This record gives sequence, structure tokens and C-alpha cells, in this order.
Amino acid sequence: MTEIPLRPTIEVESRGAAPLLEIAGVTLRFGGIVALSDVSFTVGEGRIVGLIGPNGAGKTTLFNCLSRLYRPERGDIRFNGKSLRHAAAADIAAMGIGRTFQSPALFASMSVLDNVKVGAHPRGHNGPLRDAITLPQARREEREIDRRARAMLAFVGLEDAATRQAKSLAFGAQKRVELARALAAQPSLLLLDEPAGGLNHEEVAELGALIRSVRDRLGISILLVEHHMGLVMSLSDRVVVLNFGRVIADGPPDDVRGNAAVTEAYLGKRH
Amino acid sequence: MSESLPVGAAGKLAPIRASVPNAAKVRWPCNWPWNWPWNWPWRWLAGAALIALAVVLPFALSNYHVFTLTQVMIYAIAVLGLNILTGYNGQISLGHGGFFAAGAYTAAILMHRYGVPYWATLPPAGLICFVLGVLFGLPALRFEGPYLALVTLAMAVAMPQLLKYFDTWTGGQQGIVLVKPLPPPGLGLDRDRWLYFFVLAVLLLAMRLAANLLNGRTGRALVAIRDHPIAAVAMGINTPRYKTLAFGASTLFTGVAGALAAIVVGFVAPESFSLFLSLSFLVGSAVGGIATIGGAIVGGFFIESVPNLANDVSDAAPWAIYGLAMLLFMYLMPRGLVGTLGPWFVHAMRKFRSARGAPK
Repeated sequence: MTEIPLRPTIEVESRGAAPLLEIAGVTLRFGGIVALSDVSFTVGEGRIVGLIGPNGAGKTTLFNCLSRLYRPERGDIRFNGKSLRHAAAADIAAMGIGRTFQSPALFASMSVLDNVKVGAHPRGHNGPLRDAITLPQARREEREIDRRARAMLAFVGLEDAATRQAKSLAFGAQKRVELARALAAQPSLLLLDEPAGGLNHEEVAELGALIRSVRDRLGISILLVEHHMGLVMSLSDRVVVLNFGRVIADGPPDDVRGNAAVTEAYLGKRH
Repeated sequence: MSESLPVGAAGKLAPIRASVPNAAKVRWPCNWPWNWPWNWPWRWLAGAALIALAVVLPFALSNYHVFTLTQVMIYAIAVLGLNILTGYNGQISLGHGGFFAAGAYTAAILMHRYGVPYWATLPPAGLICFVLGVLFGLPALRFEGPYLALVTLAMAVAMPQLLKYFDTWTGGQQGIVLVKPLPPPGLGLDRDRWLYFFVLAVLLLAMRLAANLLNGRTGRALVAIRDHPIAAVAMGINTPRYKTLAFGASTLFTGVAGALAAIVVGFVAPESFSLFLSLSFLVGSAVGGIATIGGAIVGGFFIESVPNLANDVSDAAPWAIYGLAMLLFMYLMPRGLVGTLGPWFVHAMRKFRSARGAPK
């Protein structure tokens, strides 16, 4: 079994020479509507990049381009120097991009632990025949996956919920399971689609700590789509602002906060 | 294998309140897979007791009942195959009677024309049905739910006529009469009881293989596709590959069951594989528990015995009784017998054990 070792804690400052993810001039239209127009930005290794913008700005569309549910018409997305244009949607996880969904997309009937184990699917090698006759190597792999899945559940603080049915969990807990599931594939980039949506104040604070520890302890870079401004501004090393499919600002949180175009996009023009 | 995981390291995280306990009261711990609250020795003992019962039973029953039980087990294998596809992967098939027929005719032709020993016909029957299933599964990728049901229905309605058409191979309307296999000498078993044990062995093997398959990486992928296809793709699961595989694995089991039926009954004819057989498999699957392995045996019992029982209750309207039995079953146990009682039993066991202070 090929192992992608979890990286040790790295100093954020010392990283970030070559971009891990490079989005270059991505354009996508649905009929006459331009969903994304010449979108370009990068996510450096070990960075947390926030992606914000009003509703309908194209954030989720961009996410779906990254997970190859959509194919950009123009432009390219390079991950680790490799273009995603010709990758299949099912290959993205194996390449090292993990994601969570806006509303928890868990496998409802399965146990929490099995949900996380599904996340480890791209790192496994057991085929149907090996599973059916349970060769020793299949057993070994299953043990390893079990260990990883439990470690990831412990990481998000849900080790006690391992045997519960996924759909029986509270909303906030389901989002954590989703995070653990994405982590089980040992990604180098994690796409989080509105992780704070629907969480209460306390849960948002915990989530912030959790996201930071994903980067600091597991060394995973993060692209974060979020409406919760406090969370985005406190977590992100850089913030990219989309409006009507265009990048209108890109920089450190403090610069973006003071940017006139951003204020206008959110609050409208001053009359 | 390198120690690459943050086991324990995660424990040093700032405490994160798990918002789980008491958040939602659930009645069942989990419906798939149930986490049997038994330790290994108890599971082994319970399994051994059931197998011992199955071994002793034929010596306490009449030849007719032994034959009936053999039929039950054959149907159980067929339903098990259907469960893999419909229960675990969420693809409905109304055509499994057709694959059952394909398996039966493969065995019959091999035995009748080529003199292949009966036991050696099972692997080719399974293989041919696997290939047929994969070929059928490929176009089925384009269909879902009721549409897929219609596509598979084609298999069920076409099969009897196809069998009649290729009569140089299949014997046409008359079918093929087979010589019932002799029990191996020295065991002191008569023909019916030997076949009972033969089928029992295949059933146990089939259940073991299915359980291994479904509890492993493959099974998780199949259920993930059923539960949330988009998330399954995002998790790197090659959906077309696994859906086709589910079809092939499913028809493999059903085909082997068909081959066993040909061997045990000693006769195959197109009329034995009507559309009703396909529907029976679906009924058996639903009655036993659609996404369970043990439920297949309940389904086998239902398929084999309820029509006969209904006949005993009322000569005039046996199918009305059959329908009533089905209604009652679905009303009382919507998830099937095993699918309803299984989690309930696990829940009860867990309560019992925690009441006694045993660790969970």
C-alpha cells in the first residue's frame, strides 16, 4: 500500500515557493450566464486561502470545476503542476484534493466509521476478488484503514460516535464527519464549502480551531469558501473575493477588508 | 508500513466538544452493518449452532421436506445475489429470473451434452452469468430506478422465448431431462440428502463470500453509491465500474443458484423461468430484508413455502392469500424480517449488556 506520510508540523512562513494549486484564466458559461470569467489565483502549500463573495458569485461553481464535476471552457487548473482538465471526477481524490459539501453529503445509512473509511477509498487497493476471499493482504489493508479512520474521527473529536448511524448525528457533527472523511484520503489540498453554514456561534469557534489544526498538524493546505466573515478573516492567510464570476480582490485579509470594490459588492454603491 | 498517522497526537488537540451525545435520539444503532455486540466466541458459537441444526435437520425430516429445504437454500442464493445489486447498490432488477435460467441451462447443457460432472458445472455457470451480468450492467448505467426496472424486465420476458428458439441447444419446449447425480459412495446418504448437503455447502460459501465482499472496500463503495452518488464520486469511487461490478457479482450468485436448481430438480424447461420467478426473487428479497445477507434465507423460505401454504389455506384463492401475506409482511416489517428484527435484536443485546455493566 502506498503511503502518503502525514507531514510534520511545518512553519507557515518557511513554505510557499511553488503554488500547490494554480487557477489560471478559468471561464465557464451556463447558457448566456457567465458563471466564471477569467478567474486566476493560486493556493500556496501550507496556506489557508479564503474564497468569499456574495451569493451567486461563482464560488461553488469554481469548487465544482476543481472537483471536475464541471469542466472549465477556457483556462486551466494545475495541481502540483499537473493539469486537471483531463482528469476524471473520480480521480481527483486520488490526486490529493479532498472536499466537503455545503450541506453534509454523508452516506446516510452507513455508520460514522464506515463513512470515514469510504474517504480512504483512493488510498486502498483491495479489489472485489481480494475482498471476497479476504486474502491476508486485504485483511492488513482493512486494519490499516480502520486505524486511520479512527484516528481521523479522533482528530475531529468524534471517536465516541464511530458506531452510530451517520444520519442520526446532529448537523454540526455531520459536518465534522465530512471533514474526517475528506481527511482520510490524506489530501494535500482540502476544499471546504461553507463549513460554518448552519453552525451556532460556539460551533463556529471550534470549527476555526479545527481547520487551523488541519493545516498546522496535518500540513494540509485549505481553500475555504465561507460566508462567515469573522471566520474567514481570522483563518485565512489570503482572501480572494469573487463577484459575478470575476476576481475583484486578492490579498491579505486586512487589505481585502478595506478594499472599496469589496465593500461595494457586499453593501452596494454609496449614493 | 510506516507509522504515519497522528494516532494519539490528535488527542493533544485543544478539546473540541463533540456535539453528538443526546443530540438526536436514534432507535437503532446502525442499519448497515449492524455492529453485533457479541465477542468472537459467541458469534462463532451461534454460527456453529445454526450450522449444526442445518446438518441434523435432514435426518429428522421426510424426503419431501428435505427436497423443499434444498429448494429454499437455492432460492436463498439467488436472492442473496439480488440483494447485492438491489439492496446494497440500489439498482432494481426485475430480470434475475433470466440469469437464474441462464445458469440452469449452462449446467444442464454441460451435463447433458458434454457429460461434465454436476459439481463442475457451477464455476462455468457462475462465470457465464457474471459476463452476462456485466454486459447487461453496462447499458444499465444509463438508467435508474423504475427505468432500470423496465430494462431488466426485458431480460425476464425474453428469456423463456429465447430458450425455446435455440432448441438445438436447449431442447426447446421439452427442455432437458437430467440424470440426478449419485451421492458419493460410503457416506450412507441417499440422493436427496446428499444434494441437500451439497447445496448447503454452496450456500454457506456464498454467504461467506458475499459478507466478505460487502464488508470490505468494495461493499463500502457499493453502499456509498447507493446513498449519495455525487459524494461517492468525490471520494474517488469509480461509479460505472462498481455499478457494473455489482451487476456481475449479483448475477454470478443467481446463476450459480440456477445451476443448482437444474442439478437438484433434474429438469429444465423454459416454463420454469417465467417472469413470475423474477418477481418472486424481488418479493423474497424485500420480505427477508433487502440489504441483508441473512434475509436471503428468509426470502428463500417465503418464495418456496408461502405459495404452498396459501394453497393449503384456500384452494380457491391461493394468490389472494399470498398477496395478503406480502401485505402483512410489508406492513409489520417494512425493512424485511432480518432488516427489522436484526437491529432490534442488536439494540436489545446492547441494553442487556450495559444493564449488566459489561463494556460496550
